[in-house]
Amino acid sequence: MSAILRDEPVMVQTHAEVTRDVLGTLATPTKGYYACFAAAIAMLLIGAVTLTLIVRDGLGLAGYGPPIFWSVFITNFVFWVGIGHAGTLISAILFLFRSPWRTAVYRSTEAMTVFAVMTAALFPIIHIGRQWIFYWLLPYPNARYLWPNFKSPLVWDVFAISTYFTVSTTFLIYGLVPDVAAMRDKATGWRKAVYTKLAFGWKGSDNQWRHYSKAYLYLAALCAPLVLSVHSVVSWDFAASLIPGWHGTIFAPYFVAGAIYSGVGMVLTLLIPLRKHLRLEHMITDYHFDNLCKLCLFTGSVLFYAYAMEYFVAWYSGNTFEQTTFWYRVFGPNWWAGWAMIIPNAFLSQMLWFKKVRTNLTALFVISIFINVGMWFERYVIIQSLANDYIPFAWGGMRPTMYDWGILIGSFGWFGTWFLLFAKNMPIVAIQEIKELIPMPRKHGNGGHH
Amino acid sequence: MAKALPGVLASFEHIDAAIDAIHAVKAAGVKRGDFSVYVSHPNHEIDDAVGHPTSPVRRITLFMGLTGTVSSFSMAIWMNRDWPILVGGKPIVALPAFVVPGFELTVLLAALSSVAAVMIFGRMWDQKGAAYDGRFSDDRIGIFVAADGAKQASFEQLFREKGAVEVERVAA
Repeated sequence: MSAILRDEPVMVQTHAEVTRDVLGTLATPTKGYYACFAAAIAMLLIGAVTLTLIVRDGLGLAGYGPPIFWSVFITNFVFWVGIGHAGTLISAILFLFRSPWRTAVYRSTEAMTVFAVMTAALFPIIHIGRQWIFYWLLPYPNARYLWPNFKSPLVWDVFAISTYFTVSTTFLIYGLVPDVAAMRDKATGWRKAVYTKLAFGWKGSDNQWRHYSKAYLYLAALCAPLVLSVHSVVSWDFAASLIPGWHGTIFAPYFVAGAIYSGVGMVLTLLIPLRKHLRLEHMITDYHFDNLCKLCLFTGSVLFYAYAMEYFVAWYSGNTFEQTTFWYRVFGPNWWAGWAMIIPNAFLSQMLWFKKVRTNLTALFVISIFINVGMWFERYVIIQSLANDYIPFAWGGMRPTMYDWGILIGSFGWFGTWFLLFAKNMPIVAIQEIKELIPMPRKHGNGGHH
Repeated sequence: MAKALPGVLASFEHIDAAIDAIHAVKAAGVKRGDFSVYVSHPNHEIDDAVGHPTSPVRRITLFMGLTGTVSSFSMAIWMNRDWPILVGGKPIVALPAFVVPGFELTVLLAALSSVAAVMIFGRMWDQKGAAYDGRFSDDRIGIFVAADGAKQASFEQLFREKGAVEVERVAA
């Protein structure tokens, strides 16, 4: 891995400067930050109003109707779960690979994971229509002594998503503890009080570190297969049914690659402005973006292959229904959605072969926006497979309404509000791990460290 | 920190000086656990100098992970037999279908119990005892040795000889 991804230590100076610089991100925010925060709150309000109307009048507002009963809400669900995956990849899988470049960026991507999964978790609940009885999904002894159907991928999903949310939140807070303790020892006022609680009495003693480091390794080792399993389970929500366009064995790896691709896209969208507004240019450098781009290029190419393979198998299978579905994807009434998925995901990602593109942050920011849009449409297009199944008499379509868009906008507001609050109030760069990369000063010269 | 443990708290700027001091403290007969070394990040040199055995967290992680596997499969098997409904032509107890919840519960219990184990073994709630200084989470290395009376003076001298930049005696 390190042969492709460049392994350079972070170019920071001394331990005291790391603490100072990360503490500096808590200073009074820039105008840009306030503008983003106001926009996020406004979007959140749009979502709240839309949801209130849906709860009052029902899901019909959202354009639900035969044959498409999974629509924009499930698109949003898969989109947001996918976003989360890049964070766990960077924080857990690259930790196991000992890739030191993850150090400067993993805290922000891990936070992104937690907030993205929090956003995703809203959608099955919004989607079920009677939100107040969502707990029927859980295996508890109900009034009719019925249990959930353990043979259904939808029940697997309840386990997968709730575990993923719990474990990634635990991983985030666990990694934060020593850093929050460092902030506690420097901060003043209300922040000191909050950090004191959140540091859970951390002192950084030899006894604490010895347990801490081991458990961090185990958490990373547990998160690595977890992240692969979660999007596989999400893909089986589709693949375990018989709908043409869904019923494919390629779905699990295809969804996992797509999830990481969209997640790295979101990391770029968030980090490019974040490092400017929090003045982290010397910690999050060009080579971090270069490595993120290579991850993006790799997963984008896997997606390209998966798209091509889906079409090949549809043709090669000789199955009319399968062929029809894939014909409709690019030439049917929703052809624009099909191309909005294929062009950014399969073709635009190939631009990242060029170093000039990888080092141009403006170009990267634009590409990352297209990746987000493209990956949203991928899920939208996949769900549109419901329009053309085995009974042509029952074929139909759906048109998203303003309520669908209201909830989508609201989800960005909900995610953005959490992320911006976190970025401004918590150490957004992992202090202790950056310090680990910087050798401590020595009395007898600095040449002899190992 | 209501009841401070009496002792000597030394602060170091240089890692090699701190390592020397740890060896000297051990040579003076202080046992592992009766002194604490504070540092802002995990440091292998300090680990090696203190000489801790492998953390017992791994046993907790393994045990609770297996507990998760067993309890998830037991739950799914029992619930399916409690109200047997044939779904999709699959057997009532369809083990392959139970693998996913089984895996998820394994990860869930292993992860949560690892963190709980760190909090317990690392005595995170123990706010009494060994003295601490805010600069240890920044760029200093701290060593605290529990001692009282005449011993405090000898440890203070030991730390100064090894290159401590500050030494403080902590009264009871």
